[in-house]
Amino acid sequence: MSQIIKGNTGDWEVVIGLEVHAQISSKSKLFSGSSTLFGGEPNSQVSTVDAAMPGMLPVLNEECVKQAVRTGLALKAKINHHSVFDRKNYFYADLPQGYQISQFLDPIVGEGTIIIDMKDGSSRSIGVERIHMEQDAGKSMHDQSPDSTFIDLNRSGIALMEIVSKPDMRSSEEAMEYMKKLRSIVRYIGSCDGDMEKGSMRCDANVSVRPVGSTELRTRCEIKNLNSMRFLQQAINYEANRHVEVYESGGKIAQETRLFDSSKIETRTMRTKEDAHDYRYFPDPDLLPLEISEEFIRKLREDLPELPDEKKERYIVNLGLSPYDASVLVADKKTAEYFELVAKGHDAKMAANWVTAELFGRLNKSGHDIENSPVSAKALSGLLDLINDNTISGKMAKDVFDAMFETGKDAATIVDERGLKQVTDTGAIEKVIDDIMAANQDKVTEYRGGKDKLFGFFVGQAMKASGGAVNPQALNELLKKKLAA
Amino acid sequence: MTNSLTKLTISSALDGLAKGEFTSRELVESHISAIEKHRDLNAYIVDTFDSALKAANDSDSRRKSGKIGLMEGLPVGVKDLFCTKDVRSTSCSHILDGFTPTYESTVTSKLFSSGAIMLGKTNMDEFAMGSTNTTSHYGSVKNPWKRKGDATELVPGGSSGGSAAAVAAGLCLGALGSDTGGSVRQPAAFCGVVGMKPTYGMCSRWGMIAFASSLDQAGVFTRSVKDAAIMLEAISGHDAKDSTSAPVEIPQFSKIFADLNIKGLKVGIPKEYRQDGMPSEIDTLWKQGAEWLKDAGAKIVDISLPHTKYALPTYYIIAPAEASANLARYDGVRYGLRVEEKGGSLDDMYELTRSAGFGAEVKRRIMIGTYVLSAGYYDAYYKKAQRVRTLVSRDFAQSFEKVDVILTPTTPSPAFAIGEKMDPVTMYLNDVFTVPASLAGLPGISVPAGFSAQGTPLGLQIIGKAFDEETVFKTAAVVERAAGFKGIV
Repeated sequence: MSQIIKGNTGDWEVVIGLEVHAQISSKSKLFSGSSTLFGGEPNSQVSTVDAAMPGMLPVLNEECVKQAVRTGLALKAKINHHSVFDRKNYFYADLPQGYQISQFLDPIVGEGTIIIDMKDGSSRSIGVERIHMEQDAGKSMHDQSPDSTFIDLNRSGIALMEIVSKPDMRSSEEAMEYMKKLRSIVRYIGSCDGDMEKGSMRCDANVSVRPVGSTELRTRCEIKNLNSMRFLQQAINYEANRHVEVYESGGKIAQETRLFDSSKIETRTMRTKEDAHDYRYFPDPDLLPLEISEEFIRKLREDLPELPDEKKERYIVNLGLSPYDASVLVADKKTAEYFELVAKGHDAKMAANWVTAELFGRLNKSGHDIENSPVSAKALSGLLDLINDNTISGKMAKDVFDAMFETGKDAATIVDERGLKQVTDTGAIEKVIDDIMAANQDKVTEYRGGKDKLFGFFVGQAMKASGGAVNPQALNELLKKKLAA
Repeated sequence: MTNSLTKLTISSALDGLAKGEFTSRELVESHISAIEKHRDLNAYIVDTFDSALKAANDSDSRRKSGKIGLMEGLPVGVKDLFCTKDVRSTSCSHILDGFTPTYESTVTSKLFSSGAIMLGKTNMDEFAMGSTNTTSHYGSVKNPWKRKGDATELVPGGSSGGSAAAVAAGLCLGALGSDTGGSVRQPAAFCGVVGMKPTYGMCSRWGMIAFASSLDQAGVFTRSVKDAAIMLEAISGHDAKDSTSAPVEIPQFSKIFADLNIKGLKVGIPKEYRQDGMPSEIDTLWKQGAEWLKDAGAKIVDISLPHTKYALPTYYIIAPAEASANLARYDGVRYGLRVEEKGGSLDDMYELTRSAGFGAEVKRRIMIGTYVLSAGYYDAYYKKAQRVRTLVSRDFAQSFEKVDVILTPTTPSPAFAIGEKMDPVTMYLNDVFTVPASLAGLPGISVPAGFSAQGTPLGLQIIGKAFDEETVFKTAAVVERAAGFKGIV
């Protein structure tokens, strides 16, 4: 669904393309053996290559190539057998070589697709233009000294994939879903940890607007370095509205690069087209063109795990889940793994319900994520076993689950400790019913006189008297029989 | 003794050491005295005499235990472009002031592993940009040769002028150079020594301060062709740290000298190298060279390399383009020179540092390189130059279907006076015969083969097929034998 901005002159449609920078998961950097571990002491993970000492040469890390190709395969993209590394020339203090090694004309991955799942259950296909590999720069720290800038080169030379979409998104919502889906996919295949807080994934958004019904692409502005989903959405919304205001007041949008100010929730000019760098790209003579064989690609394709779209399809078709539940469960690989453990030997819908409603609700409230959930998939599976064999009722199970969540104990232990076993013994249930009927003779008479609605009252009383421990099915049957007598 | 030890070739020095006629210590000491005596040449800009003497002692002990390398105990000079661990390495540029690497280049590391001993770092044109060795931050190098009856100081050629002069004057037995467009072959010709540039990819570029990465290749200066073969063997070989290093087996080059039969060898004479205005003495020597080879049984074949005239302009687009990026790292941030003013911006610091740190020729090439890569000019210059480069390579490939080696003059003139021919375009013309083989990545050697009318050395160049250094050496050795060139020492 397009995001429509109601202007004074008419309705406007938003057009968005994203350039996502994803850090490739690899032990060492793109062209050197230095460690890529996050959080090291400044400049502790810097080789003579990363610091661009004289005479140092880059050597391509094969693992990074594999991860880029796997990502391309996961996006159903064309893998280019021949790709070229170029030098992108510009001066900055945290760019030691004075150029970034990137891929310009001949990237490693060509066109692909990402299917995004919208909240209303619909799906849209967003085109991927290309993926190329490049080096990250170091970090300039301006806040360490009043008169100096400090440089940390730990990030210098770390491998990034730049995943460039086509201008196919029509709302900030879609842009966000695109980011989420892309993050989900790279996490599934392990080519990037997708951690936006650590800067492992960040994006630049290209935004323009056009009158609804028009197919032209108007001048776009690029908003740099958006490092959270919320900022992405806010920046796009602000920028799109700004374009509409400019057009409607008779102005023109200038092509430029803009920065997002998250405290003011606005974008502002970083550099205009006139100040745009001339990067003077040319093939890096220190590196040979990268040639990839069909065999290399085939092996990587075979080793690719089940991807979120395939998993979702399987959940819907084979497990009978709703598209919505399936989307929720496959969005995160860990969630899907958790769900599959719980669903094993149980009804899939029941398992899905427990994971999406009960578990997620509690995780959200307690601020845990699925990886450090106090209740393991095995423990939840144990709880479902107790429901299935009628040891406890569904209602009791929720209380037991609360206790499991708090104490970390398994379901059987909690049921034992609290004597929560469900009463299924017919004699005991009959005793409860008899007592209630005896204490409420008037209600019995009314019921028998045709006031059917009172049935619920008797159920409630029985549950209350037994502390909820009565098997509801058995209770219903026996109660009906006795009241009818 | 001192004098005679500095006159030896590498192979005779190896013999003498093996026979116990002298020690490495004695060799090194006599060369140190020679260097001290010839300071006026300005061939060395860093001395490493203490470590050289220690290394000589170590070599002499090694020799006693029988563990000897290919260049065991031999004193050599190393062009300042090679990074040498704990020894200042600046490519003779002010911008690398005081830079002392923590690492050893692959080529010097191999050379030292073979037993060679570094006497010091030799002077060169700043960042290897020049053909006269007058652009060095440490001053010009003087050619040990002078014109007959004329005290005018001559250029040694460049960029490896210090290495060429040192070998010619007996200040080392051999020296490392680097050749991007002729920086080994041209100074070798000017100084009357052998200068060998191997096939691109033969020697690792790791630890060589880059000028133009797709052209830079280590090379050697010696006083005989056989010496060049021995020294090249010591520094060649695949290196995983250089992605452009060739995964080839290195033959034992010195073995070929046992049999210098070149009967049936086809030697190409490219007509395009016969240039207007070229001194007749150059042409005469070239014809003489062909005669010598013919007399030894080779077949002389006229060939055409039609794109030769485009090679020089092509080179002066590609090399500066690569240099403009390669030299971007000298920004005053991490090492070398930094010039700044209080309160200045980062851009101010870049400007001040690079203005002060680079010489005029380096600045000229950075500007040319930046220009040819700029938006709107890239296709007309850089891209077109790459296409022409392919055509130049194809000329050679097609010729090498007909011939085994190509014989040309090394330079269009003998050494000229310091201060003469200094306008850039005239200077660039020095490389007119050496640049085509560089663009094609082919091996080329300059052999001292005769003299100009004024008594200064002239060289002949032999260009071979890629990775066919053996035929190049063999042909060069035949020319050397026939020429009977007598050097200074």
